[in-house]
Amino acid sequence: MKITRVLKAVAAAGALALFLGSAAQAVTLNLGNGGEPGSLDPHKVSGDWENRVVGEYLEGLVAEDANAEPIPGQAESWTVSDDGLTYTFKLRADAMWSDGKPVVAQNFVDAFQRLFDPKTAAQYAYLQYPIKNSSKIANGDITDFNELGVKAIDDKTLEIDLEAPTPYFIEALTHYTAFPIRKDVIDEFGDQWTQPEHIVGNGPYKITEWVPGSYIKGVKSDTYYGKDDLKIDEIVWHNTEDLTAALNRYRAGELDIMTDFPADQYQFLQDNYAGQAHVAPFLGIYYYVLNQSKPPLDNVNIRKALSLSVLRDVIGPDVLGTGELPAYGWVPPGTGNYEGEQYLPDWSEEPYDQRVEEAKKLMADAGYTPDKPLKLTLRYNTNENHQRIAVAIADMWKQIGVDVELFNAETAVHYDALQSGDFQVGRAGWLLDYNDPSNTLDLLRTGTKQSDGTINWGNNYGRYSNPEYDDLMAKASTELDLAKRAGLMHQAEKLAMDQFAAIPIYWYVSKNVVSPKIQGFSDNAKDIHRVRWMSKSE
Amino acid sequence: MLGYAFKRVLSAIPIVLITITACFFILRLAPGGPFDGERALPPDMIRNLRAYYHLDEPIFIQYLNYLGGVMHGDFGPSMVMKDFSVSRLLSIGLPFTLMLGFTAFIVGTAAGLIAGALAAVNQNKTPDYVLVFLVLIPLIIPNFLMANLVQLAFGVYLGWLPVGGYQPGAWTHLVLPVIILAMPHGARVARLMRGSMIEVLGTNYIRTARSKGLGTRLILARHAIKPAMIPVVSYLGPGLSYLLTGSLVVEQVFTLPGIGKYFITAALNRDYGVVLGTTVIYIFIILVLNLIVDMIYAWLDPKVRLR
Repeated sequence: MKITRVLKAVAAAGALALFLGSAAQAVTLNLGNGGEPGSLDPHKVSGDWENRVVGEYLEGLVAEDANAEPIPGQAESWTVSDDGLTYTFKLRADAMWSDGKPVVAQNFVDAFQRLFDPKTAAQYAYLQYPIKNSSKIANGDITDFNELGVKAIDDKTLEIDLEAPTPYFIEALTHYTAFPIRKDVIDEFGDQWTQPEHIVGNGPYKITEWVPGSYIKGVKSDTYYGKDDLKIDEIVWHNTEDLTAALNRYRAGELDIMTDFPADQYQFLQDNYAGQAHVAPFLGIYYYVLNQSKPPLDNVNIRKALSLSVLRDVIGPDVLGTGELPAYGWVPPGTGNYEGEQYLPDWSEEPYDQRVEEAKKLMADAGYTPDKPLKLTLRYNTNENHQRIAVAIADMWKQIGVDVELFNAETAVHYDALQSGDFQVGRAGWLLDYNDPSNTLDLLRTGTKQSDGTINWGNNYGRYSNPEYDDLMAKASTELDLAKRAGLMHQAEKLAMDQFAAIPIYWYVSKNVVSPKIQGFSDNAKDIHRVRWMSKSE
Repeated sequence: MLGYAFKRVLSAIPIVLITITACFFILRLAPGGPFDGERALPPDMIRNLRAYYHLDEPIFIQYLNYLGGVMHGDFGPSMVMKDFSVSRLLSIGLPFTLMLGFTAFIVGTAAGLIAGALAAVNQNKTPDYVLVFLVLIPLIIPNFLMANLVQLAFGVYLGWLPVGGYQPGAWTHLVLPVIILAMPHGARVARLMRGSMIEVLGTNYIRTARSKGLGTRLILARHAIKPAMIPVVSYLGPGLSYLLTGSLVVEQVFTLPGIGKYFITAALNRDYGVVLGTTVIYIFIILVLNLIVDMIYAWLDPKVRLR
């Protein structure tokens, strides 16, 4: 009797201790973040792995909900003028920096001025070029920063003037190039301001540790307006450049979320970790660029033959194994501000054999047969998946009389060749910077003439040039009516694709692995998952 | 002796200079630059970036500025790890790489010596065959595969050790990386030790010791081990420099904060400052280790001193 009572007491004490222990233990999210952030300065970062950290310690006027749709962030509300040119933001009264100072409109003015300052050399400043006078400041034509279209009316009111109406502007403000900064902190510490001992943020988490090559750690910020709703106390962003090793860490429970996984392990994950591998449509296109500035690819029939003979349906499911959807158009399905039917050419529904016959005929008309093949060099940046696809497509082209030489190079060399036009067929990809069709369609606009007479083709590596296309895009960029604007861009897309301006191959998918312990992770087309919406159960 | 050392240090200076110069210009000659990525940047941005990193100055001026910086221990900025200067990156990563390399060196050398000696004593018997076979494994299987196998075995299935990652102060995270790094080194030491030990055990003085009636243990400890170690010692210098500079794969697989991976990733990204910085550090390590080995030789053999 006595013994049982003692045992009971011990058990109760044990249970209590266990309960207290688990209650006191911080909830930590271990996130396999992919690459190593090169910077935490919002004006210097460029990768999604950097955004995952920066977007947790800083917050812009507009934030993202669990589905990455724009919601009020540091601004509680805003109004837009009738002409679509002036946005007025009202900042939250309780918006605070992690050192306890209030977030004021001037913080945003400072941030935008620094973003466009040529001395900052911000790579992605151009994403905010809709803002009035921004590009002129960035290229040095205007040196008085007060002419920038971002003004603090008072401490909590900010006004932004645009060059032209921009339907995706609110969405563009969720981007890290629109985050506020603390000028006083940057002035004091210079390049070192992002080190954990100096860094000041206004987002849900604050950075406490940074061990380059290994991890970055953030803890809940007690000055964040939504701190009471945060269910994760700490985030550790782990460097997971080696995906196979990262998957081992996930399997051992050391990671809760992986933001990528080795494609050849997809089947294994489905078999052994059912429901944990998330493959979802992602706003991006994988394509082959055709250099149209010189023969033979200036011939539209040869471009057509090449495109027709690519059997896209096998690339995602069989070559890659992750089920990417075949692409025939230029704007990813699900892109915003793009009402209307998705572009799908008639030939995409023809049987493949028929397409190959048609392609053979086109090639024969151009003077090429399997016995007297057209020799083409296909360049891609060194990567196992790019290689697999290149080998498969080279084989598809062989039957129509194209003899492909594969040429791979490291990324810097590959893109250098594409930019300088030193290639015939080249692999490329584009992930949308903002959810608007103009982001991919602009890739096919004729380059701009430089002061030295040369043309800067920018990201239009294939040098596709069609005045009619440029005209449609120019009209769309000033069109206020969203439906009309979408209509103009649909016309442009059809025009370019009917001329085989490039060979779209597949739409990208996002590949995450999410532990069943994590709730609130919502697959979305932008593949942005803010931790403030997540929780973790042990 | 001191004079010899001084001469060696002096002769190292032109080697360092030549390497920095060659590396500096070869890097600039390579196609593609630090701002060539998946997206073409607007020309204004490229101009701003080039000005920011002083890449718009004449290359010879850049070279002189760089040399001037290196003299003061300043290796310039990193163009990829933008929030760090190269010196700061190295000051964070180098101590870790050195610690990892030296630990693996001690573990590998000790294990290799013991295994080699055991195999030699039991020549052509079962323990010898088993050891010779075991020693071959880390020499045949590439270390990234080996790393994956031990991760699966000890981290995923047995759950004894962390699979990867790093925590300041926690030693369990270092066990698997040290083993992976130490294994090929230990294997080479074991092979050398076995060979030279067999040779020593066959010499006349060992036979004499035996005929005098000395016990096996005493013969090994007093007469065999020391002479058998001479070829091993001559391998330890290059072996250590290989461990200190070859930690790339281990650091990447186990996500450790060393400098090994910068060497490769920075070269691919054309991160000029980091490539040069790591190169200078590596030359320095190799020169110092060679110097130490040569000093030991000079001490062992007066003929070397007179050369």
